[in-house]
Amino acid sequence: MKRFSVSTFACTLAIAALSFTGCKKDKEVLPTTPTGPTTQTGTLDIELDQRVGNTPLVLATQTYTTPTGDQFRVTKFNYYLSNIKLTRADGSEYVQPESYYLVEAEDNATHRLAIKDIPVGDYTGITFTIGVDSARNVSGAQKGALDPNEGMFWSWNFGYIFTKLEGFSPQAPTGAFTYHIGGFKKPYDAVRTVSPAFRNGAKLLIRTDHAPEIHMTVDVLKMLTGATTVRFATFATSHSAGPNAMLLANNYAQGMFVVDHIHAN
Amino acid sequence: MRRTIAASLAGGLAGLLLAACHADVTLPAEPVVPGAVLPANFPAPVYAPDANPPSAAAFALGRSLFYDERLSRDGSVSCGSCHQQAVAFADDGQRLSQGVRKQLGTRNTPALQNLRWKSEFFWDGGPKNIETLPLAPITNPVEMDETLANVLRKLNADTDYPRRFAQVFGSGPIDSYQLLRALAQFTAALTSANSRYDQAVRGEGGVVLTAAEQRGRTLVAQKCASCHATDLFTDETYRNNGLNASFEADSGRAHITSRVTDVGRFKVPSLRNVELTKPYMHDGRFATLEQVLAHYDHGVVASPTLDAALRPTSGPLGIPLTTAEQTDIIAFLRTLTDQDFIRDQRLAEQP
Ligand code: HEC
Ligand code: HEC
Repeated sequence: MKRFSVSTFACTLAIAALSFTGCKKDKEVLPTTPTGPTTQTGTLDIELDQRVGNTPLVLATQTYTTPTGDQFRVTKFNYYLSNIKLTRADGSEYVQPESYYLVEAEDNATHRLAIKDIPVGDYTGITFTIGVDSARNVSGAQKGALDPNEGMFWSWNFGYIFTKLEGFSPQAPTGAFTYHIGGFKKPYDAVRTVSPAFRNGAKLLIRTDHAPEIHMTVDVLKMLTGATTVRFATFATSHSAGPNAMLLANNYAQGMFVVDHIHAN
Repeated sequence: MRRTIAASLAGGLAGLLLAACHADVTLPAEPVVPGAVLPANFPAPVYAPDANPPSAAAFALGRSLFYDERLSRDGSVSCGSCHQQAVAFADDGQRLSQGVRKQLGTRNTPALQNLRWKSEFFWDGGPKNIETLPLAPITNPVEMDETLANVLRKLNADTDYPRRFAQVFGSGPIDSYQLLRALAQFTAALTSANSRYDQAVRGEGGVVLTAAEQRGRTLVAQKCASCHATDLFTDETYRNNGLNASFEADSGRAHITSRVTDVGRFKVPSLRNVELTKPYMHDGRFATLEQVLAHYDHGVVASPTLDAALRPTSGPLGIPLTTAEQTDIIAFLRTLTDQDFIRDQRLAEQP
């Protein structure tokens, strides 16, 4: 009954091999343009410059004023930027595999995203998701930027917190505001994908011997203004997927990210 | 008997992979990792073994973590404190869960069984993955009240865990990925599929149900299986089975979806091992199965989301059941008790 023949062993190996390749396939996202082993690649840095309107975001100490006259200080500003795509003039695109970044205003090291292995070419646009796609919201244990230990995960109602803006305002009923935005299921799907334009027909030239840089500004005020004017007196919290998170996401999907300039380097 | 399971398995789900090797497959009588072989009478799993291939070392690590009180803030509560093997990993007789500093939760602790077959967990379906689920009890202030960062700090500072994790995952430090994958090795292994009912449907060892049990089985198939469906005895949907007229205390599924149409709906629980998992319902309101059946017979309360199955076109709400029928149903429900599961030493806390 406990027979263990050579062919059983071989069979186990075969099964192990099969399931192994099966697993690997799930994780590898192939670029949409076929790239042979000889394809030359280059790199890109995306530099993210957190701002409040026209001034740099200084955490905790600096007081800012909204267009409607509310005062506020920011103590935390975090966001996921994921699923980066670069598009070429002919509409073809490069899709970065495993493309998940967590940017934290308090951690300068997270303000620069180093993108590697991009096929050389002339790119005319960039598209990315603010937040995390629905599939990864319900996947199992994750590493890197998606590690739940980063504090950007709701465990009682599963899902990543896409963006966090926290701080103080004298107009807020408790003196503080907390905007945690997430949700990936209708009717409260707060996943937003944006394509901030390259200005004046600028091109991103990926070459083997260049290290170009996209300089993007990220304006906190855009979360508080737009389709919904956020007043701290009446709208000081968002703690889960839901109507408030949707309003804030709709706001920031309109122009929070702006490509300021591209360095060819 | 286990060979039968293995053979039917080869013919079933894993059949494609195993087909070529069928004749030579002979599994050890007692596989090291429980639940690694899927029961023949179950549907396809959500979390298939190859998603986190069972290994003896990883399973044992997950088991240690499951029974380790250090996962809680003050070291007083482990997963196993609320989920006890003797009662199919429910909480024996406890109406609401009790966490650190003896704080009461808001819900009854469910059995942990056949979790591989679930895509959503809890009474409301909030957690959606078996691997990341433990984040909920660990961080819940009325359960373990701990942070993930603190748990990892404690594990990394331990004299033994770093070595055991390294053995499974390669050299450290222990991170959340390793912690959650190891815990899932244990929780996914909690397979209950060897009750007398299972043995009878699989035709094993000449087990047959008594006349009363058989009548109860037929009644459940007729009157309960629109919700308690398949051999898992749940269709994994959310339903309102008429416990309350309104649901201020716990809105159930609506807590997650914020939809009024989901108010009062709760996950249909499995009926496996139900003899052991008292008290019953999301708030543990019924102490006995007799009370549960009395509820279905004459206790169902109307509310806007009450399930259609409990709202007949004529006659009173609920499912009319004679006393004899109730007795037969309970006799059948007892056949779903899996003694092997609650006695399996491999699932118990190790000395
Ligand atoms: C204080 C008691 C308590 C502790 C400690 C606890 N649980 Fe639970 N567990 C519960 C309760 C109560 C529920 C139901 C929660 C709900 O529906 O909101 C539950 C639900 C679950 C479920 C979902 C079962 C299903 O069928 O949906 C799993 C899995 C689970 N717990 C695993 C664990 C693990 C793993 C740990 C340790 C990391 C743990 N639990 C610690 C009380 C506890
Ligand atoms: C309309 C769907 C539906 C039907 C039909 C139904 N149930 Fe249920 N049952 C549920 C739901 C939903 C719950 C959990 C409700 C809650 O806790 O809020 C439940 C809970 C139970 C429980 C408690 C289990 C536990 O672990 O707490 C038992 C026992 C039970 N049902 C038995 C039966 C029997 C026997 C029948 C047939 C006579 C039946 N049910 C018919 C939906 C249904």
